Amino acid sequence: MQLGRVVGRVWASIKNPGLEGQRLLIVQPVLPDLTPHGKPLVCTDSTGAGAGELIYWVRGREATFPFLPGEVASDACIVGIVDEIHLGKKQDNAC
Amino acid sequence: MTLGRVVGTVVATRKDPRLEGHKLLLVKPVSPDGKEESGYVVAVDTVSAGFRELVITVSGSSARMAEGCKDKPVDCVIVGIVDGVSLDEAG
Repeated sequence: MQLGRVVGRVWASIKNPGLEGQRLLIVQPVLPDLTPHGKPLVCTDSTGAGAGELIYWVRGREATFPFLPGEVASDACIVGIVDEIHLGKKQDNAC
Repeated sequence: MTLGRVVGTVVATRKDPRLEGHKLLLVKPVSPDGKEESGYVVAVDTVSAGFRELVITVSGSSARMAEGCKDKPVDCVIVGIVDGVSLDEAG
């Protein structure tokens, strides 16, 4: 799973039947220090995330699991809304 | 899922029998702000997308979850035709 920020929405009225009723959000992946990292992508949403929210998302086949037993063709899905992140300041150099 | 623009078609006579009857389109990835990105992908069309249309593609094993693609050898499927994209200013 990765962190991301909701930066937009996509509307599509013609969709594969499995995607009917699903919200499609644009997510910008971010690093734990909240700087953008990588290309934005389109995600389905199982949590009701809103614009600008910090979320975590899952990629791959697992992105269909929140909608089971429904068959939703999704390869990226928002599965949680982040409340807080705690980053340890002390660097861990152990291998 | 990624956004993409339909830039062509692929015709194949000899193919896996489970792919027969499926329309194959060439899709060029597009960023949410509308810029075309490098590379192409061949995708199975499930929504009757047309030339130059902006579409949503699903890739990987999730592509087989799309209706009409169950148990078929596909890894990229067009699952939606985009009406509009809105990007937040702050984003």
